[in-house]
Amino acid sequence: MANSATTDALPRSSPPGDGESLAELAARHGLTVSGARPGLGAYVKQLWQRRHFIVAFANAKTRASYSDARLGQVWQILTPLLNAAIYYLIFGLMLKTNRGVPNFIAFLVTGIFVFGFTQSAVLAGTRSISGQLNLIRALHFPRASLPISFTIVQLQQLLISMIVLCGIVLAKGEPLTLKWLLVVPVLMLQFVFNIGLSMIVARFGAVVTDINQLMPFILRTWLYTSGVFYSIDNFTKDAPAWVRHALDLNPIAVYIELVRDSLIESHSGVPTWTWGVAAAWALVIGVGGFIYFWRAEERYGRG
Amino acid sequence: MADTAVADGAATTEKVAESAPTVVVDDVHLVYRVHGAGAGKGSATSALSRIVARKKATGITEVHAVKGVSFVAYRGEAIGLIGRNGSGKSTLLRCVAGLLPPTRGKIYTDGQPSLLGVNAAMMNELTGERNIILGCLAMGMSQEEAQTRYTEIAEFSGLEKMSPGILSRPMRTYSSGQGARLRFSIAAAKTHDVLMIDEALATGDREFQLRSEARIRELRAQAGSVFLVSHSMKSIRDTCDRVIWLHDGTILADGPTDEVVAAYEKGR
Repeated sequence: MANSATTDALPRSSPPGDGESLAELAARHGLTVSGARPGLGAYVKQLWQRRHFIVAFANAKTRASYSDARLGQVWQILTPLLNAAIYYLIFGLMLKTNRGVPNFIAFLVTGIFVFGFTQSAVLAGTRSISGQLNLIRALHFPRASLPISFTIVQLQQLLISMIVLCGIVLAKGEPLTLKWLLVVPVLMLQFVFNIGLSMIVARFGAVVTDINQLMPFILRTWLYTSGVFYSIDNFTKDAPAWVRHALDLNPIAVYIELVRDSLIESHSGVPTWTWGVAAAWALVIGVGGFIYFWRAEERYGRG
Repeated sequence: MADTAVADGAATTEKVAESAPTVVVDDVHLVYRVHGAGAGKGSATSALSRIVARKKATGITEVHAVKGVSFVAYRGEAIGLIGRNGSGKSTLLRCVAGLLPPTRGKIYTDGQPSLLGVNAAMMNELTGERNIILGCLAMGMSQEEAQTRYTEIAEFSGLEKMSPGILSRPMRTYSSGQGARLRFSIAAAKTHDVLMIDEALATGDREFQLRSEARIRELRAQAGSVFLVSHSMKSIRDTCDRVIWLHDGTILADGPTDEVVAAYEKGR
């Protein structure tokens, strides 16, 4: 340990002369503040330059997630299959309920998978900053790469789930039509929505760590109000108008309805304005979430 | 030394001769806020009673890791940071690199300082090959650059020569020495304006140590300034011409290597 006697005799580098402050010295030499938040345009550009990293990181995460299971990547298909099997067992064989919905199994599984996409994106997004502090404190990259990357992981899982879903829908006797192609734009809109949402919860989760504990409850409430297990139309026949509108405008319900509309013939006839709502949610949450996340860019390392 | 040049840098004619600063650290403080530490958090009941009693946040402990540090680093300098464990060396380095925003004070830099190291970006479940590409991308290389550097990195690590086929195995199957070799090889593949090295990087057997030391010298030669955090006074003496001694978050000494290291070795 050093004591104060030796300290006085130790060398100290003289401050730059002439009473010039350090800030002035820095300005005179054109130095910039380290770790300052870039402008929005510059940030988007940086993010674009990192696109290969974002995709590589997502692929790596997907690969790594099943690596300790003996069946490995097969679980990516098995997981949605088992999910669908459980719901078939409970609702199709045991309860024999259809709650007034034709082809209830296809209806239900579509809802589960589409909801699951947003659900897992939000859960992963919540931890995308707080769980990656080591990475953030070691390397430079636009932090938005992380929530985007984690959402891409969920997109990859969803695409496999969709293949399983298409199989189930076909097996339940739905015809294969050109309308199925509409699933692609719906999921793209939902993807943008999910990215925005996961950026919002990522910023929350970076500061308020308690949100990790709270999130499952919020998501479960959302699940029960999104018409996954029941048809919102049947359910709200006698409800006040504002309840009906609120449930109809729920973004996940909108995405679920549109996918059902495309895949299940008996469930077609969703009003055209639903597409407007779906696009509006993607735009508002996508852009808004991105800007909200960017505004705290320089603070994420602090944890 | 740079300091003397600055001292009479007032006249405009002499400003040309003045060595340019690369990093200016102006009264930087850093406070970590640690959740879930401190007494009384242990059980649910005590946590609840604290909330009921409206006692304020005993669960949050503040750690003042860096307390008002100022210095200027000039182009061409190699600066060593020494001090005991927990004296704030690594934290200060991360602040300068812009990875950890200072709580108070400002840091100005010329270009982007970067820490040497990619450990955090690598995943043990992935193969060595994939980790090389992922590590390169994480350090900010483009896809093409990562592809072209691949051979160079694989060769430098010397792993394929030791055990053929190792790079197509997951990294969790590597020995700690093999993992360290690969990590260093990836990290050292990129050149930096302001290079920051935290602790002993050159690990592995004797032959690899020599090779990595040579590589660090190369990187230093290309970099504008170098910061080195180390507990090895030998590597500080070998590498640095200026040393900053941190103690408990403040600068205890800042000056030529010989003087400060001598005082440090006597002082502890």
